[in-house]
Amino acid sequence: MSAERKRVPVAACSGIGKSLGAAAREAAFLLTEDLRPEQARVVALGLLVMGDEEAGREVAGREAVAIDGCRLECAAKGLASAGAAKVRKIAVFDVVRRHRGLKPDGVCDLNEDGLKLARATAEEAAKAIDEIDPEGRHA
Amino acid sequence: MPDLPKKKVGLISCSGEELPEGTVTRRAVRKVLETLRPDETVTLCLPLFLAGGEGERAFARYYPTIAVDGCDKRCAARATEKYSAPPVASIVVTEVAKGCPKEAIGTARRLNARGLALAEETAAKIADEVDRQLKAPRRGRTEAGRKR
Repeated sequence: MSAERKRVPVAACSGIGKSLGAAAREAAFLLTEDLRPEQARVVALGLLVMGDEEAGREVAGREAVAIDGCRLECAAKGLASAGAAKVRKIAVFDVVRRHRGLKPDGVCDLNEDGLKLARATAEEAAKAIDEIDPEGRHA
Repeated sequence: MPDLPKKKVGLISCSGEELPEGTVTRRAVRKVLETLRPDETVTLCLPLFLAGGEGERAFARYYPTIAVDGCDKRCAARATEKYSAPPVASIVVTEVAKGCPKEAIGTARRLNARGLALAEETAAKIADEVDRQLKAPRRGRTEAGRKR
């Protein structure tokens, strides 16, 4: 990947109140640090909420990925408010339905099932990244 | 005025995903909520202010809130003020850290032992502030909120 190549912005639920939100946050780190570090980067949701110019420049006019923990979809709304051209939504509450045996618990320290859920969510998000940036993995 | 729990202080952390100090804020807030002052505090979700969380906005309008930020951009404090009412107190982790040894605190994903200790220290400061707010007359805060 060339230095000029921009990574896909990813925003995640802050997950301060619920395990699914915490899994969303963990999934964003898994995605941007382990699975697709050359293609995706985290943008702090709080900065988007406050209309931070630098964070806004990362997002405006670009396709982005939102990882949300609940139906209020704060991350997707934050990206949209920052001017993202298109927001690919990854919903942890949908992912957990596809992995019915998982019982995530904890917020600051997710239990084992919570970490598994985060991994499954990150893998779905990685597919979205590859669709947005199909050449990125080979760049 | 909405029918809200009595004698609670709202805690709003920035949760900043780009800095380890953001992770310190969420761990500190959870520590206060779960262990230090579980009966006196609630957490408010910062992104919900933007996403239209009326419960969040109403609470912060009528009840005291403490904003806990990772850096001097102070997103939590400014968002609370912008969407609801000014927080009664603002704690910034980088300010708390000034009194501590200059050591790395880990990453936003994983705090190291120093980062965990900083979260404990920040939590203690939040708890002190909660106590101060609960002793303060409530009327002033309510009137301040209603002016908005």
